[in-house]
Amino acid sequence: MIVAEQKSLDEIKQSISGFDKVLVLGCGTCVTVCFAGGEKEVGILASSLRMATRLDGKPVEILEATVQRQCEYEYNESIVDLLPQVDAVISIACGIGVQTMNEQFPEILTLPGLNTTFLGQPTEQGVWEERCQACGNCVLGTTGGICPIARCAKSLLNGPCGGSQNGVCEVDPDTPCAWHLIYERMTALGKQELLLELNAMKDWRTSRDGGARKIVREDLRL
Amino acid sequence: MTETNKMIAGSNLERVLRSGHFCVTGELGPPTSANRDVIEEKAQHLKGNVDSVNITDNQTAVVRMSSIAVGAMLLELGIEPNVQMTARDRNRIAIQSDLLGASALGVKNLLCLTGDHQSFGNHPMAKNVFDMDSIGMLMMVKAMSEEGVTQSGDKMDVPPHFFLGAAANPFADPFEFRPYRLAKKVKAGANFVQTQLIYNVPKFAEYMKRVGDLGVLDDVYILAGVGPIKSLGAARYMATKVPGMDVPDEIVARMSDAVKGIPSEKKKARRAAWQEEGIKICVEIIQQVREIPGVAGVHIMAIEWEEAVPTIVEKAGLMPRPVI
Repeated sequence: MIVAEQKSLDEIKQSISGFDKVLVLGCGTCVTVCFAGGEKEVGILASSLRMATRLDGKPVEILEATVQRQCEYEYNESIVDLLPQVDAVISIACGIGVQTMNEQFPEILTLPGLNTTFLGQPTEQGVWEERCQACGNCVLGTTGGICPIARCAKSLLNGPCGGSQNGVCEVDPDTPCAWHLIYERMTALGKQELLLELNAMKDWRTSRDGGARKIVREDLRL
Repeated sequence: MTETNKMIAGSNLERVLRSGHFCVTGELGPPTSANRDVIEEKAQHLKGNVDSVNITDNQTAVVRMSSIAVGAMLLELGIEPNVQMTARDRNRIAIQSDLLGASALGVKNLLCLTGDHQSFGNHPMAKNVFDMDSIGMLMMVKAMSEEGVTQSGDKMDVPPHFFLGAAANPFADPFEFRPYRLAKKVKAGANFVQTQLIYNVPKFAEYMKRVGDLGVLDDVYILAGVGPIKSLGAARYMATKVPGMDVPDEIVARMSDAVKGIPSEKKKARRAAWQEEGIKICVEIIQQVREIPGVAGVHIMAIEWEEAVPTIVEKAGLMPRPVI
């Protein structure tokens, strides 16, 4: 899923200063699951903003709404009636939701209330970890299902660097060394010989380095 | 590996190794300023005492003078550089460009490294590159030299030729994989390997035995990394704070014992005692690793203590250096 974190209340408050009426808009998909931008978080942020702006002596009226998926036009149609009533929207969807809103409703400014952080997985209650960098050329088939691009601090392709000790990364002792995990997994699978192959540098054209990416599926087009 | 007729770059380092002499390399860390005098001062301790001098590339991700620029200065001073190049700060376009320039300036040895992560340095907010890792870099530079092509396959009329090096850390985890990783570097193009600082000699000997079992020792020269410890604090720091370093308790105890009986207010005397013991340990380790099959030389890393190098080389019985 896309994992995100809410910006500080101060930053959000700052971004809406000068507006009289603002819509806090949540999203019912990834950011709901990671407790950053669902209906519940919309309610909390809206109340916080009401209180904070009142305390500052410049109360801002806050409306609340949540759509099922803010990255798709059809779901955002459900809040079209609210938009003429407000001066701005604070979106607590991921960056894709914020951009969809701005694109779909250019007459109103939608501002981000979250920092979109990574593509990841909840590993325990209240903990999320990065798992994919969307490099566009998946290597998981040769690395025992553990991604060295996203999970190794240096995106190494040929095994653990000299800073791997006791199974953790030298950059952060709370992060497992991805290549240590790969080594253990490949050993358990009896496929250690795959680790001996030389991996030349990656073709990054499929990653963000090739510019903004786009997929066109002719078989699906109308 | 003692053939002298198949020179790759013909550097002094390559000639010393191919002629079968026990090799000694040193290291020079460029300054964090544009001060050329620092280089000349450090270089005088190394000149004539080592066969080649590694020049670090923004080590620990701290901004320093360019390793290639310092390499060119060493050439002017009559010292052979071994330029270190990391993949942290440059992509394949920049690395190849810099290497063409380095070769044209007369640099003949190159150590290919992935590089320390920028979070350890003075610009942790920087965007890193890591377009490739050290093994990818070795493959790229080998092809530049042998096939005369850039990484994209474009031909060049005058290819750069480097005697190619790689680093190895026998003490990082998983220990079982380390010899294989070294073998991968040899397969990728490394002609020589310089190891992490060795203080645990038995563990290094076991590593070398495993490297030998993989049958790669005929294709690579291994230089054991050694270095003098300057103080008890430095020993403790390396033993506990530096990931991938193995400093046995016995070494820390020796540094501690070195100042026994010297009152703590006699700072100068304590410093001298520590330095003497640090150099003594270093010399002993050189003598021990020299006995390990497959060790072709030592790489002395006297970090910010270059003036210790002449003493170490002398005491280890490695003077004079061969002239080939």
